[in-house]
Amino acid sequence: MRHLLSTRDLSRDDAIALLDVAEDMAAVQEREVKKLPTLRGRTVVNLFFEDSTRTRISFEAAAKRLSADVINFSAKGSSVSKGESLKDTAQTLQAMGADGVVIRHPSSGAPFTLATSGWIDAGVVNAGDGTHEHPTQALLDAFTMRRRLHGAASRGRDLDGVRVVVVGDILHSRVARSNVWLLETLGAEVTLVAPPTLVPVDVSGWPAVIEYDLDRALAAGPDVVMMLRIQAERMQGAFFPNSREYARTWGLDDHRFAQLPETTMVMHPGPMNRGLEIAARAADSMQSTVREQVANGVSVRMAALYLLLSGERGETP
Amino acid sequence: MRTVLQQADLERALTRIAHEILEANRGADDLVLLGIPTRGVALAERLARIVSRIAGVDVPAGALDVTMYRDDLGRNPVRATHPTEVPGDGIDGRVVVLVDDVLYSGRTIRAALDALADLGRARAVRLAVLVDRGHREFPIRADYVGKNLPSSTRERINVHLAEVDGDDAVTIEGGDE
Amino acid sequence: MSESFLIRGATLPSGERADILLEGGRIADVGTLADAAGATVVDADGLVALPGLVDLHTHLREPGYEQSETVLTGTRAAAAGGFTAVFAMANTFPVADTAGVVEQELSLGEAAGYATVQPIGAVTVGLKGEQLAELGAMAASRARVRVFSDDGFCVFDPLLMRRALEYVKAFDGVIAQHAQEPRLTQGAQMNEGALSGELGLAGWPAVAEESIIARDVLLAEHVGSRLHVCHVSTAGSVEVVRWAKARGIDVTAEVTPHHLLLTEELVAGYDPRYKVNPPLRRQEDVDALRAALADGTIDIVATDHAPHPVEAKECEWDAAANGMVGLESALSVVQQTMVDSGLMGWADVARVLSATPARIGRLSGHGEPVAAGSAAELTLLDPTATADFGVDRLAGRSVNSPYLGRTLPGRVVATFHRGVPTVLDGEVRASDEIAAAFARLAEGSARG
Ligand SMILES: [Zn+2]
Repeated sequence: MRHLLSTRDLSRDDAIALLDVAEDMAAVQEREVKKLPTLRGRTVVNLFFEDSTRTRISFEAAAKRLSADVINFSAKGSSVSKGESLKDTAQTLQAMGADGVVIRHPSSGAPFTLATSGWIDAGVVNAGDGTHEHPTQALLDAFTMRRRLHGAASRGRDLDGVRVVVVGDILHSRVARSNVWLLETLGAEVTLVAPPTLVPVDVSGWPAVIEYDLDRALAAGPDVVMMLRIQAERMQGAFFPNSREYARTWGLDDHRFAQLPETTMVMHPGPMNRGLEIAARAADSMQSTVREQVANGVSVRMAALYLLLSGERGETP
Repeated sequence: MRTVLQQADLERALTRIAHEILEANRGADDLVLLGIPTRGVALAERLARIVSRIAGVDVPAGALDVTMYRDDLGRNPVRATHPTEVPGDGIDGRVVVLVDDVLYSGRTIRAALDALADLGRARAVRLAVLVDRGHREFPIRADYVGKNLPSSTRERINVHLAEVDGDDAVTIEGGDE
Repeated sequence: MSESFLIRGATLPSGERADILLEGGRIADVGTLADAAGATVVDADGLVALPGLVDLHTHLREPGYEQSETVLTGTRAAAAGGFTAVFAMANTFPVADTAGVVEQELSLGEAAGYATVQPIGAVTVGLKGEQLAELGAMAASRARVRVFSDDGFCVFDPLLMRRALEYVKAFDGVIAQHAQEPRLTQGAQMNEGALSGELGLAGWPAVAEESIIARDVLLAEHVGSRLHVCHVSTAGSVEVVRWAKARGIDVTAEVTPHHLLLTEELVAGYDPRYKVNPPLRRQEDVDALRAALADGTIDIVATDHAPHPVEAKECEWDAAANGMVGLESALSVVQQTMVDSGLMGWADVARVLSATPARIGRLSGHGEPVAAGSAAELTLLDPTATADFGVDRLAGRSVNSPYLGRTLPGRVVATFHRGVPTVLDGEVRASDEIAAAFARLAEGSARG
C-alpha cells in the first residue's frame, strides 16, 4: 500500500489483511510493553489543518507505539494564504524527510492532491478530508464489529451478511462514505437513515438502502446501529427545523434503544451529542462500542502505518 | 533438487531433540516451546507433543511473531504479520525454547530475542532448529539441531511440513549444477 | 513586409476555393485573382478562411490582476486562437462600472494592437448587485459599451434585473447574465449529482442556472428587452432557451468550448484545472449543448477565457480559483466537437464564432463575411493538423488550460487584424512588428 486515501479502492483482501494486522497490533496493546521497534528511524508527520484532538492523539499513539518519530504540525489558523499553504507545507515536510504524512483537511480531496501532486514522496494517510472520506474510522468500525461478532476467531473473516444501519447526516459525513464503501467490500448490508435533506441528491450508485423512517429501519433488528454526530450548523442551513425535532425523529432515544435486540451493537464515531442523536442510556450501555472504538482506533492506525511505512518505499501499490 | 530429510528422518530428528531438551532441562518443569511463524509454529507443536508424551506432563507450545522486530523491513516489500500466542500465564520465570525450521544468518533469532524481551523475563532461552545451514551473521548458535546441513548461499533449503505444505520433507536445490 | 496580402487557394466557409486580396485594411477582392504588385503571397492551400473570430466573453484581468493576464497578453492569446475581437468582461479592479474605466480598457486594447478590445460594462456598481452602474455614461463614452454584465456574479435581485433590461433599451444595449442562483450555490464546488455525492464536494445544481434563465426570459418578455445568457451549461437551460425563442422572446445564448467537450468525470481526480464556473456537467448536458448549438437554440460559442496564476490552481480543490484559459484552444475544440462530429460546417462556425457574437455585441467592423468590401479581419485554419495541445500553444500569461496533454485537431496558421497579420506561419508576431505595420498602413491611407 502506497497511500491510504479512501476505502473505495481497498480490495477485500487488502481490507482483511489490514484488519488482521490490526489484530496483531491490538494484542501488543494488551501487554505491558506496548511499544514495537518496527518504524524506528521513520518520521511521521501529523498534518492537521482542522482541529481534531481525538484523531490526532490516536495517530500519535499509533506512530509512537511503532517507535516512529512524530512531528505534530497544526496548520490551522496559520497566516499563509489558504491555497499556497498545502504546497508550501508539503515541500517543507519533504525537505525534513517525512516518511509518512497523516493529513486532516477541511477540503475534500486534499489528501489526494497531496499524494498525487509530486510535491512529496511520503506515504499519505487520509485522516479525514472535508465531507469526503475518513478511511481509518471506517476500518476501526469494521474492526470493532468483527471483534464483537467473532472474538478471537476474527482473523481472516469479513462481515458477510452483517446488517448495519447508519443514521444521521449522510450528506456531510466522511465517516458514512468511508463506511458505505468498506462495508460493501466486506459483505455487509447497509441501510442509511436520514432526513431527506441530509442525503446526497443522487445515491443510486451507492451500495446501500436509503430509509427515512428510523423506526422501520430499527424494527428489522439490525446487527449494528451506527449513529453519526449531527453538527449544530446544519440547523442554520435549514436541513431540519430544530434539534428537538431531529432528536425525536432521528435520535436513538431511550425508547428506541429499549426496542433493539440485546445483541445489536450501538456505535458512534464520537464525539457524541448526548440527548441529540444518542441518549445517554444507549451510549453507556453494554451494547455500546464507543470506548472499544477508541481503543481499536490505535490498533487500526498502527496497522495502517505499518503497511504504509514498514516496507521499502517506492514500490507500486 | 535433492531430498535431505524424509518424513521418517524428520520424525527421528524431532524425537531426538525432544529427548535432548528434557535431558538439558532435567525434566519438563517450566518449559514453554515458542515457534517462529510459519513453520516454526508447527514444529513447536509437534515437539511439544513428543516432549509431553515422553515426560508424561503437558508441555505448552505457542507462537512468537518476530516480523515487527526484524532489522530488514525497510529493505523488502511489506511483510504480513502473524499472531503471537503465549500459552498460560506468560514467560516470566519459564524456560523458553524457541523453535524455527532453518537457522541461517541468525537475524530472525536476534529479532525473536528482542520480541521475547518485550513479553517478559524468561529464566532461560534455548533454541531448537530443524536445519542449521551455517552462514551466521550474528553470534548465535542453536542448542538443539535436527540436521547440520552445510550449504552454499546460492542453494535453497525448503522445509515442507504436513500442517503447512501437505507433506514432510527437507530438500535442497540450486547451486550444485 | 508589404501591407497587402494575396492569400492563395483558401477554402471559404461556403466550401468554395478562392484567392483573397487584403489591401488598405479591407478585403479588396475575393475570387480567382492575378498576382497583385507588391502583395505578400500567403499559400493557403488546404486552409479554411474564416472571418476573424469574435469572443463575446473574455476576462483580460487588466487593470488590477496583471499577474494573471494583461490586455496585451490576453489579446496575444486571442490572436493565437484566431480571434480579432474580444469583449472584455467588467470584473477588473477597479470594476469597469464607469465611463473612465471602460475608456481606459479601450485605450489599452488600442495600444496592444493584437485585436479589437470592446469593453463590457458592469450592470451594478462594483458588481455588488445593489445599485445600477452608470450604464448610460458607459454607452455614451468613447468605448460605446453595448453589452453589460456582472459576470462572475448573477444579477440576482429580480427588480434590479428588470430595470437593467429596460434601461439599456435606450441605447440598444443587452444584459449578459451570469445565471447562478446564489443561495442554491452557496459553497458549491461541482455539478450536483451522483459524483458530487461520492467526492464529498458541495453540489452546484442545474436548477440554480435554469431557474434564473427562466426568470430572466420572462422578465425580458415582459419589458420587451434583449437578453443574452452567458455560458449555458445544462440540458435544462437549453430547454428553457428553446421555449423562450419559440415564444418570440429576444434572447440569445452562448456555450463555452469546455462545456461542449468536458464532463464532470474529470473532477474525480480533484485536479483544479477542471474547476470552472459554471461547473463541468454530465455527458447528457454536453450532448444537449452540442445539439442546441447545431440547431441554433444556442447562438454562439464564447470562450469565458479566465486566466489564473499557477498558485490559484496548484492547491486543494476548494481553495482553487474557478476558470480556464480558452482563447487559444476554442477553435480546435469547436472543430472537434461540432465540425469533425458532422454537426456543423465551417459556415456555421463562422456564424457562431464571428458574425453572431459581433451582432449581439453591436460591434461593427467584425463578423463580416469573407467577401470584397469587408473589413480585413481574417483567420486561416489548418483543419488537418492534429497535435498534442502543449503549453507552446498558449500565448497568454497563464497556463490554466484543461486541454494540456490532450490531442486536439486544427491549428490557426494566420490571423489578420485590420489587414495586418498578428499570427503568420502559426507564430504570433512580436508586438513592435505589428505596431510598425499599423503605422505604415495609417501612412498609406493618409497618402491615398
Ligand atoms: Zn460567468
